Amino acid sequence: MPVSTALSRRHLLQSTAGAAGLAAVGLSAREAQAAKDLVVGFIYVGPKDDYGYNQAHAEAAAMLKKMPGVKIVEEEKVPETDDVSKTMESMIKLDGATLLFPTSFGYFDPYMLKMAAKYKSVEFRHCGGLWQADKHPMNTGSYFGYIGMCQYLNGIAAAHATKTKKIGFIAAKPIPQVLINVNSFALGARSVDPTITTSVIFTGEWSMPVKEAEATNSLIGQGIDVVTCHVDGPKVIMETAERRGIYTCGYHADQSKLAPKGYLTGAEWNWITVYKQFIADAQAGKPIPNFTRGGLAEGFVKMSPFGPALPEAGRKNVTAVKAEIMKGGYSVFKGPLKDNKGNVVVAAGKSLPETAIELESCNYLVEGVVGSIG
Amino acid sequence: MMDSVGTVLLAMLAGSLRVSTPFLFVSLGECLTEKSGRINLGNEGVLVLGAMVAYATSYETGSPWAGVLAAAVAGLLLGALHGGVCSLARVNDVAMGIAIMLAGTGIAFFFGKPYVQPSATLLPGIPVGFWSDNAQVRNALLVCPLFLLGIAAAVALHWCFNATRVGLRIRIVGDSQDAALALGLPIDRTRLLATAFGSALAGIGGAFLSLYYPGSWNEGLSSGQGLMAVALVVFSRWNPINCIYASLLFGAAGALGPSLQTVGITWGYYLFYAAPYIVTLVVLILTARGGRSLRGMPGQLSIGR
Repeated sequence: MPVSTALSRRHLLQSTAGAAGLAAVGLSAREAQAAKDLVVGFIYVGPKDDYGYNQAHAEAAAMLKKMPGVKIVEEEKVPETDDVSKTMESMIKLDGATLLFPTSFGYFDPYMLKMAAKYKSVEFRHCGGLWQADKHPMNTGSYFGYIGMCQYLNGIAAAHATKTKKIGFIAAKPIPQVLINVNSFALGARSVDPTITTSVIFTGEWSMPVKEAEATNSLIGQGIDVVTCHVDGPKVIMETAERRGIYTCGYHADQSKLAPKGYLTGAEWNWITVYKQFIADAQAGKPIPNFTRGGLAEGFVKMSPFGPALPEAGRKNVTAVKAEIMKGGYSVFKGPLKDNKGNVVVAAGKSLPETAIELESCNYLVEGVVGSIG
Repeated sequence: MMDSVGTVLLAMLAGSLRVSTPFLFVSLGECLTEKSGRINLGNEGVLVLGAMVAYATSYETGSPWAGVLAAAVAGLLLGALHGGVCSLARVNDVAMGIAIMLAGTGIAFFFGKPYVQPSATLLPGIPVGFWSDNAQVRNALLVCPLFLLGIAAAVALHWCFNATRVGLRIRIVGDSQDAALALGLPIDRTRLLATAFGSALAGIGGAFLSLYYPGSWNEGLSSGQGLMAVALVVFSRWNPINCIYASLLFGAAGALGPSLQTVGITWGYYLFYAAPYIVTLVVLILTARGGRSLRGMPGQLSIGR
C-alpha cells in the first residue's frame, strides 16, 4: 500500500540540501562546475532492486553515474498518479534536470505530456509509450526494445529442457506487449517440437507476489516443468519454481542467482545502449530522437548466460537462432499462423518481423497456447 | 472432466492451506483486541513490519525461528503503542489504527530496503502427505508449522475466552465498560495488553508471508491481507474457532482463479479473483439479522456505538 510514504521524504531532503547550498553560494568552485553537468532524472514505478523491470533501468542509471559530465537523480516507487508530476517538477526545478526518463507505462499520458507542455526546454523520453509526431510535443518521445525475440529464444531453450512437453507463462495483463511475449515464447518452443503446449495465467496486476506464487504452484500442479513470466518483479516466481524443482527462463533482468539449478536462460533489457546514445546527443547539442526502437542486433535487449540445466543441443540451437536474428529481418510471426481459436491471424506467405506495426496491436494467443485473453 | 474437477479441488485445498495462515493470525489477533472493546486497523502495518523484521532477522542470524520471534516482538511493540495512545482521553481508535498502519508499512519499507535482494533462510514445511505417492498430493499437504501453531492459538484463545478468568475479564471489559468499572477491573491495562498481544499474533502472520509463502520480502508483499482480516473477524462473529474456517475459506477462494486458468477455464478470471470478497459479502448478507447490532459483537466496539 504505497499510499504516500514517498511523498515528501525527497522534498524534505531537498529543501534541507537547498538551504545548505544557499549558505555556500559563491564559495565553492566545485558547485559551479557541477552546475554545468547534464542533470538526468530517472523515475521508477517500483523499487529499483526488484530483480525486474525497475532494476533493469536502475542498473543502466548506475552505469551512467560513472560517466563524466553527467549527474543522475533518481526516485523510485512513484505511483502513476499526480505524484509523478510532482516528482518531475521537483527534478526540474530543484535539481535542474534537463533530460527526464519517466520509465513506467502509465506516466506518459497525461502526466508527462502536461509537464512537457509546461517546461518546453526540458526533454522527456518515455519507455514504452507510443509517441506520435502529429499528436505529441517535440520535446517528448518514446523508446522501447523488441524483447519478444528474447522470449522466442527462451521458448527454444524451454523446449529442449521440458520433459512433460508442457510449459507455462505467468502474465500480468493482456496488453499487446505482454501478448507478443507469450506468443513468441510459445512459437519458440513449437519451432523445436510442435506438440509442446504453453499454459498462460493472467494475474491481473503488475506486482502481486501471493498470486504469482499461487499461479506458479497451479502450473506445476498441471505438470508444467518450465515457467517464464511477464510481471514487474519475477523474484517470487523464480524462487517458487526453483523450490519446486522445475526450470525457469528469466525476464527483465538476470535472475540466475535466484534459481541457480533450474535457470535456463533469460530475456533481459540492456537500456544502457539507449541512455548512452541519448546523453551523448544531449551533450553534443544534437536533437535527441523522438522515436527509438531496437532489438538484439541494436543491443537494446540481451540474453542471460546459459544455466547448467540447459542441455548442449539447446545451447547450440539458441546460439544458432540468435545469430540469425542478429542478421536482421528475422520473423517469429510467419504465415500461415492461427490463433488458439482457429482463426488465421497471419496469412500464408506473409511474415511479421519485430518492427511490424501490426504487432503493436497484437490481441490474440497463437495456436498451442492454453488460455484466453479473458 | 472429472480429472479437471479433481485438479481444481486439490489446488483449492492446497491453496487454502498455503494462503490462509496470514489471515488466520491477523484475524485471531484482531479478535483478541476487539473482544476487549477496541479496534486495531493498524494490523495491516503490523503484518508488513512483521514480514520485514522476520526476513531481516532470518537473513542476519540464519535462523527462521528467530525471525518469527522477532516479528512477534515487533508486533507487540507496535500494538502496545496503539494500545497506549488509545488509552488517552478522546483518542479515536479507528483513526489511530490508520496512523499505525501507515507507520508500520513506512518503517518496514525504510528499513527493509537492503533486504529486498538477499535470500534468507525460510521455514521448513512439514510433509503431512508422506503417505501418498502422488507428487501433487504430497506438495498440497506440505504444511507450514506456523499454520499448526495458528490452529493451536485459535483453540487456546477459544478456551481462554470461555473457560478462564482472564478471558472473562477481557469479555467484560469489551462488552460493558460500566460493568467493568463496577467490578474494579483495570480497563485500560486490559485493552493495552489485548492490543499488544493481538498485534504480536499479526506480526507472526507477517513472518509467514516472508519466511514461508510466498517466502520473499518486497514492498508489494501484502495485498491488504491485514485489512481483509478485520472483515474476517466480523464474518466469524468474534469466535476464534470460526476464524480458522473463515481463513481456510478465504484461502481456497483465492486459489480458485489461478487453478481454473490452468485447467482451461479461462474466461472471467477477474471475476474469480474477486471470489474471496464475494464470499464475504454473501455470508454477511445471509447471516445478518434485523436488530440493533451484529450477533456476537462486543458491546464497547466503537463501530457499534
